[in-house]
Amino acid sequence: MLHAPSTSIRAKTPLLTLSGISKGFPGVRALAGVALEIFPGEVTALIGENGAGKSTLVKILTGIYQPDAGTIRLGGAEVSFRAAHDAAAAGITAIHQETVLFDELSVAENIFLGHAPRSRFGLIDWPAMRRNAAALLDRIGARIAPETRLRDLGLASRHLVAIARALSVEARIVIMDEPTASLSHKEIAELYELIERLKAEGKAILFISHKFEEIFRISDRYCVFRDGECVGGGMTAETDHNELVRLMVGRSVDQIFPKTAAEIGAPVLSVSGYSHPTEFEDIGFELRRGEILGFYGLIGAGRSEIMQALFGITRASSGTLRIDGKAARIRTPAEAIAQGIVYVPEERGQQGTIAGLPIFQNITLPSLAKTSRAGFIRLAEEFALAREYTARLNLRAAALDRDVGTLSGGNQQKVVIAKWLATRPKIIILDEPTKGVDIGSKAAIHAFMSELAARGLSIIMVSSEIPEILGMSDRVIVMREGRIVASLPREGLGAEMLVRAAAGIREAA
Amino acid sequence: MMARLLKSREALLAGAIALLLALVSWRFPGFVAPENLARIFNDTAILIILALGQTAVILTRCIDLSMAANLALCGMVAAMLNAAAPGIPVGALLALAILTGAALGAINGALVWQLGIPPIVVTLGTLTIYRGLIFVLSGGEWVNAHQMSEPFKDFARAELLGLPVLSWIAFLVVAAMAVLMTRAPLGRAFYAVGGNPTAAIYAGIDVGRTRFAAFTLAGAIAGLSGYLWVSRYAVAYVDIAAGFELDIIAACVIGGISIAGGIGSVGGAVLGALFLGLIKNALPVVNVSPFWQLAISGTAIIIAVVANARAEGRARRIILRKAEVLA
Repeated sequence: MLHAPSTSIRAKTPLLTLSGISKGFPGVRALAGVALEIFPGEVTALIGENGAGKSTLVKILTGIYQPDAGTIRLGGAEVSFRAAHDAAAAGITAIHQETVLFDELSVAENIFLGHAPRSRFGLIDWPAMRRNAAALLDRIGARIAPETRLRDLGLASRHLVAIARALSVEARIVIMDEPTASLSHKEIAELYELIERLKAEGKAILFISHKFEEIFRISDRYCVFRDGECVGGGMTAETDHNELVRLMVGRSVDQIFPKTAAEIGAPVLSVSGYSHPTEFEDIGFELRRGEILGFYGLIGAGRSEIMQALFGITRASSGTLRIDGKAARIRTPAEAIAQGIVYVPEERGQQGTIAGLPIFQNITLPSLAKTSRAGFIRLAEEFALAREYTARLNLRAAALDRDVGTLSGGNQQKVVIAKWLATRPKIIILDEPTKGVDIGSKAAIHAFMSELAARGLSIIMVSSEIPEILGMSDRVIVMREGRIVASLPREGLGAEMLVRAAAGIREAA
Repeated sequence: MMARLLKSREALLAGAIALLLALVSWRFPGFVAPENLARIFNDTAILIILALGQTAVILTRCIDLSMAANLALCGMVAAMLNAAAPGIPVGALLALAILTGAALGAINGALVWQLGIPPIVVTLGTLTIYRGLIFVLSGGEWVNAHQMSEPFKDFARAELLGLPVLSWIAFLVVAAMAVLMTRAPLGRAFYAVGGNPTAAIYAGIDVGRTRFAAFTLAGAIAGLSGYLWVSRYAVAYVDIAAGFELDIIAACVIGGISIAGGIGSVGGAVLGALFLGLIKNALPVVNVSPFWQLAISGTAIIIAVVANARAEGRARRIILRKAEVLA
C-alpha cells in the first residue's frame, strides 16, 4: 500500500482500493501495477505528465477499459466493471475535460437522461424531473434554470450541470478530470466551494490536475503518476512543490536521446508580436538553420495553436513573420508548404494518412505540383519520388501502390514523414512526434530528427514529454496560458526549471 | 497495379454484368447481338455521363441530389431558346446548357463551401428550386418536337462511324473523367478531401474549394446531359428526368463509389450505370415485370454496399485501433 497510515487518518477506511492494476495496448504499457486508495470525504489529487497513465486509470475506473490485471475493491468488496453502466451503478462517475452532454436538450433532461422519473403510465414525469433538477442545482449552488437549453450555457455552467448529473445518480466517487482547465478565476473559486460541499456530504473525489496551486489548495491526498505507475503519494499537507516536481520528473535522460551536435546557422524563421484573439499573445522567437527548437508547456498553453497559425490553418490577428530574412505571409497551408514549412500534426491517424489512396499517392499529395507538367501528373515521376523517400526511411512496404490502410501504425507514420520530406522543406514542425509510440520507434524517430538537423533542416518540436524536450532540443521555449514565459538554452537545462516555468511557480519554495 | 485493380470490385461488377448477359442470351441470343448492345449502351449513355459527375461529388464526401433537376432546367432553357430562335446554332446552345449547368452546380458548391450547410440539405433545396424555375420559365408548357429545329433534334441521334453522337459523347466524357481522376491534381484532391478531410488540409489542399469544384463539374455535366436529353427525346417539360437523381446515385453506389467519400473509380461508376441499364433493358425481354426491375436494382445496391463496406473496413481498422490508444 502506498499511503503510510498516519495518525490523523488511521480511523478511516478507504472507499475504493486499487491494487496491481495493469493495462497495456499494442506497443504501449499504459499502467503497470497501480495501487491507490480513495477515502470518503476527501479530495485525492492525481498528478503526472501527459501520458503518465492518468486518463487510462480514469477509463478503467469508469468501466470504459478493463484492466489486464489487478483488483478494484469498493467498500471492501471486489468489483469488476465490464461496461460504463457497471461503474455508474456502483456509484462512480466522471466529469471529463470535454464534458459529454447533449447540446439540444434542456438542463433537466441532461441531468436525468437515462434515469428520468416516470409517471404512472411509464412516461417521463416532467414536473417531477424539473423539480428534482432544480433541487439538485440548488444543492450545488448553481443558479441555472432547469428548462435552459444546454447549448445556451457557458463552459463553467456545463460543468455544474455535469456535476448535478453525477449527484443525480447518487455517486459516491466523483472523478474530475482537469475540471479547471478552461474556467475563469471566479468560476474556479465557485468550483472549489462546490468541492468542499461534496466533501462535507462524504463524497470521495478524485481530482486530476496539472496545476500545483490548486493541488495544494483543495486536495487532502496526492498520488504522482509516472510511466504508468504511482511513484509517490501521501497527505498533501506533508509535501511541497519541490518533492512533487522531483517525483514527476525523476529520471536521468541523457542516454536515451541521441541528439548529435549540429552546426547551427543563420535564422531561417523569425516571428515577432504574433498574436491570436483567443489562443496566444505577443509570441516572438527565432529558429535557426540546423536547430531543434523545443516548445514545452502544459496542454492548452497555446503551442499547437501557434504552429497551426504558422502553417496557415488558422490566422494570427497580428505580428510579423520573416523567412530567410524576408517578410513573409502565410494564409493557407498551401502557401506554407510553398515557403518550405511543413507541419506533422499530433493525431497522425486522423490528420496524417488518407486511407483510400495508395501509399505512393499519400506521399506525393503535397508535392503534386513538382511531378506535374502542364497540369497533368506524370505517374512515372510521381512513383519515383515516392520510392526515393520511402527508401530513405527504410519503409519496406511490399508495394507502393497498396492501400496505405494496410500498413502497420509505425509504417503509416513513416509514410507521413516521407510525405513531408518529399516537399523538400526548410522547416519541419513536429507536434508531439512520439506520442503513443513504442520505445523502439521513439528512438528511431529521435535519431532521424538529429539526422535531419545535421543536414541543415530546422525543426520545431512541440512536446509535453520532459525527457524528450531535454534530450532533443537545442533551445527550449516554455509557454503558459498563451504566452512565452521562458526561452532556455540547452546548457544547464533541467527538468525542474521547465516544470516550474510551465506551471508558473516562481521560486524554489 | 492494373492486375490488383481488376481483382477488385470493378472486376466483380464486370463479372456480374457478364453473368447477366449470359443468362439473358441463353434464352434470347439476339440480346447480345452487337447492334443490340450498342443500343443499350446508347440508352444508358446519359446515365453514365451523369454518374461520372456524381462520382466527383461523392468522392469529396458530398452528394448532389439536384443533378436531375439541373438537367431538366438546362434542357428546358435550351429547348425554349431553340423554339424561340431556331437560328441559334446547336453548338452555342450546347455551350449555354453546359455553362448554365455549371452555374447551378456552382451555387450548390458555394452554399456548401461558404455557408457550411450539409450537401444533402443544400441540394435537396436546390432540387426543388431548380424544378420550380422550370415551371416559372415555361409556365408549365411543353416544348414539343415540332417546335424544335431539325439540327437541334438530330444532334444526339446523328450517327458517326456507326454509333450515335450521344454514345460518342459518353465515351469522350468517360475518357476526360478518367484523365482528370488519375492524372490531374484536382482529381487527386477529390480523393484526398473525401478520404480524410483533415489530412487533406495539412497537405495544403483547400477542402471547401475542392468541393466547390466538384459541384461545379457535376453541374456542367448535368447541363450537358440536359441538352442531350431533350435532343434525344425531342420533348421538354417540367418533369423530365424526375426521380432520375436516385438512378444516378444508385449507379455510383453499385459501381463501388463509397458514399463516405474517398473511394471509387471512373470504371466503377461506368460499370454501375451499365449494370442498371442492362437490367432495365433485359427484364422486359425475358418477360419480367418492371416491378422486379426496381427490386433487382435495390438488391444490387445493398449487395454492393455490403461488399464495399467489408473491403473498406479491413483496410481502415488499423488506424482506428491506433487512434484509440492515443485517446
